Amino acid sequence: MRFELTEEQRAFGDALERLLSGADTAAVARAWADGDHEPGLKLWARLAEQGVTVLATDASPVEVVIAFEALGRYAVPGPWVESAAYLPIALGREVEGVATVAAPPHAPFALDADVADAVYLAGPNGLTEVTPGDRHGSVDRTRHLFEVAASDPAPEDAAFDLSALATAAQLLGLGERVLADTVAYAKQRRQFGREIGSYQAIKHQLADVRIALDFARPLVHGAAVSLAEPVETAPRAVSAAKVMCGDAAYLAARTGLQVHGAIGYTQEFDLSIWITKIRALVTAWGTPTFHRGRILASLTAQTGG
Amino acid sequence: MDLELSESELAFQAEARAWLAANVPAEPLPSMDTAEGWALHQEWEARLAADRWSVVSWPRDYHGRDASLIEWVIFEEEYYRAGAPGRVSQNGIFLLAPIIFEHGTKDQQDRFLPTMATGEEIWAQCWSEPEAGSDLASLNSTARRDDGRGGWVLNGQKTWSSRATYATWGFGLFRSDPEAARHHGLTYFLFPLDADGVTVRPIAQLDGEAGFAEVFFDDVFVPDADVLGAPGDGWRVAMSTAGNERGLSLRSPGRFCAAADRLVDLYRSSAVEVRGAPAPSLETSDVGKNVVDAWLKAEAYRLYTWGTVTRLADGGEMGAAGSVNKVWWSELDIALHETALDLLGTDAELDSTWLDGYTFALSGPIYAGTNEIQRNIIAERILGLPREPKGAQR
Ligand SMILES: Cc1cc2nc3c(=O)[nH]c(=O)nc-3n(C[C@H](O)[C@H](O)[C@H](O)COP(=O)(O)OP(=O)(O)OC[C@H]3O[C@@H](n4cnc5c(N)ncnc54)[C@H](O)[C@@H]3O)c2cc1C
Repeated sequence: MRFELTEEQRAFGDALERLLSGADTAAVARAWADGDHEPGLKLWARLAEQGVTVLATDASPVEVVIAFEALGRYAVPGPWVESAAYLPIALGREVEGVATVAAPPHAPFALDADVADAVYLAGPNGLTEVTPGDRHGSVDRTRHLFEVAASDPAPEDAAFDLSALATAAQLLGLGERVLADTVAYAKQRRQFGREIGSYQAIKHQLADVRIALDFARPLVHGAAVSLAEPVETAPRAVSAAKVMCGDAAYLAARTGLQVHGAIGYTQEFDLSIWITKIRALVTAWGTPTFHRGRILASLTAQTGG
Repeated sequence: MDLELSESELAFQAEARAWLAANVPAEPLPSMDTAEGWALHQEWEARLAADRWSVVSWPRDYHGRDASLIEWVIFEEEYYRAGAPGRVSQNGIFLLAPIIFEHGTKDQQDRFLPTMATGEEIWAQCWSEPEAGSDLASLNSTARRDDGRGGWVLNGQKTWSSRATYATWGFGLFRSDPEAARHHGLTYFLFPLDADGVTVRPIAQLDGEAGFAEVFFDDVFVPDADVLGAPGDGWRVAMSTAGNERGLSLRSPGRFCAAADRLVDLYRSSAVEVRGAPAPSLETSDVGKNVVDAWLKAEAYRLYTWGTVTRLADGGEMGAAGSVNKVWWSELDIALHETALDLLGTDAELDSTWLDGYTFALSGPIYAGTNEIQRNIIAERILGLPREPKGAQR
């Protein structure tokens, strides 16, 4: 029993952190939102060089969640879950370039189909290549969602589980970043003659975010370990991670906005990129209600008698 | 990164499981806060000790098994899964013993640890005072030097001492140097609760039972041999257990995982009506969501603990993470029991183990340092936010 990241896994996370912290990802996200994909695709290529696009097929789900937590922390735009988690498992091979997929009912649109080299629709009988239809905007301005022809539901298989887990890890990273930025702000913003972070009403809210994120992370790692084996309870572990990360990140977003006050409510301030992405990912790849239902069904099928 | 137990850990788990299956009383024991229940709980402690299951992580010389931290967590999981009785000796074992191992003399270790392990002597923690709760360092009970008799004379009052009603020994802090600043000049004493000058007055709790008591000291003599650590160093000595209390030792995940399993069972069986009223329906109530969320919190706590155990085994320290832990387990305990009461419908007010558990869970956010104090600690020591104007927290 060693429920901690290994040296190599830590080093991999640190390398991504170094790459992303120097990449001005807020500017990348803003450009992506406005339809200028160039900075985002450049960053995509650099992350691919670090191996992020081959993790699903060549490494373990633990490495996948490390990478997606980093992508979340830096709010990196693009169809990462689709291209680097779902499709490699569904196709059985690494994706060349950028691809995307719609997997109804939990991921009914093809994310960022306008930049993808290939667009797929997942159904009960596997993948088909499709031509995307109308575009919808998302609460997260960097997510461009495209209609695809209707199809029967895609199975909740290994590709789906890895995608839901990658989304959970992204939420964890997003939440961590919002907390860190909010703590920094609370230490520096002064009202009534002292830092707002010295007020207990603020401290306790931020402490609750710290607690929520601290207890969401082990569920992400636990689900990654059980997907790697894989064990029978792996889907339930994935749902557990998705629910808890969604709740924790959402708490971080609400708290982060409140502590920032009006500046946090502006689009110009970078926080907006993080909190709108959190809102979008809470329902992406399985809503909280869906995942709670999956947990309840699994629990009542198994325990007691 | 893995969650697999080693061969020897699996063997330990199997041995514990088999022993518990053969020995756990078939009927739950009466409450330990009654005279009858107290005696039966002490008998249970003795039975555990006889086969070296009362203090698995202690050295063999003191009835232990030299078990690793991982094995201790495994044992706790098996213990609660087997439905074994609550530990009447827990304050001694989890809060005092680590300090006696670290700061006690060999004589103190030999005198106090074996009878603690067998349950012969049950210890009460005498820290809180009427005027010193969250602000523990403001305590007023005094210790006066008595060179003639080679010891100290205690005066004052302690309160909310769990199990002091029936316990035989107490441990607590007293102000031994009135001149010194708040946290200095405190000394850590061990004393028999039937010593001359000690009066114990039971206090009935929410459920009517005398689970704690106030303790009065009227010129109580304590010899130097029963001072734990150096005189004047009591705060530092005591704080090495505060971390234990909030952190791992007092509330291992096993008890919550076992309760979560029972909650799921209750949910399955409560698909039937309660006394003519329909069972809470998923369409019209939050009860299914609450069952999932309570289970999720327990599962998160289990996995979080494996991470903590790995870090501690690697030489890491609990530190302020104990405060994160404390808020979590106390709120988790309430979530589990509130949800069970929701499921019981109108029967929730009737006497049951769920109701007992609920009543006890309500005190979780208060004892072991209130959750407000824990959140202050998290904000200041983990997040690095500015300190409270008067930095006086334990
Ligand atoms: C079931 C139970 C068992 C116990 N067992 C023991 C025992 O065995 N031994 C023992 O010594 N003690 C024991 N206690 C006492 C426990 O440690 C104290 O109750 C606790 O430290 C809080 O102190 P208090 O009750 O005086 O509350 P107070 O300190 O008066 O606090 C009252 C309220 O004010 C809040 N508050 C206080 N200070 C601050 C602050 N700085 N910032 C924000 N909020 C603040 C608190 O959080 C709380 O909500 C037990 C208590 C219970 C309920």
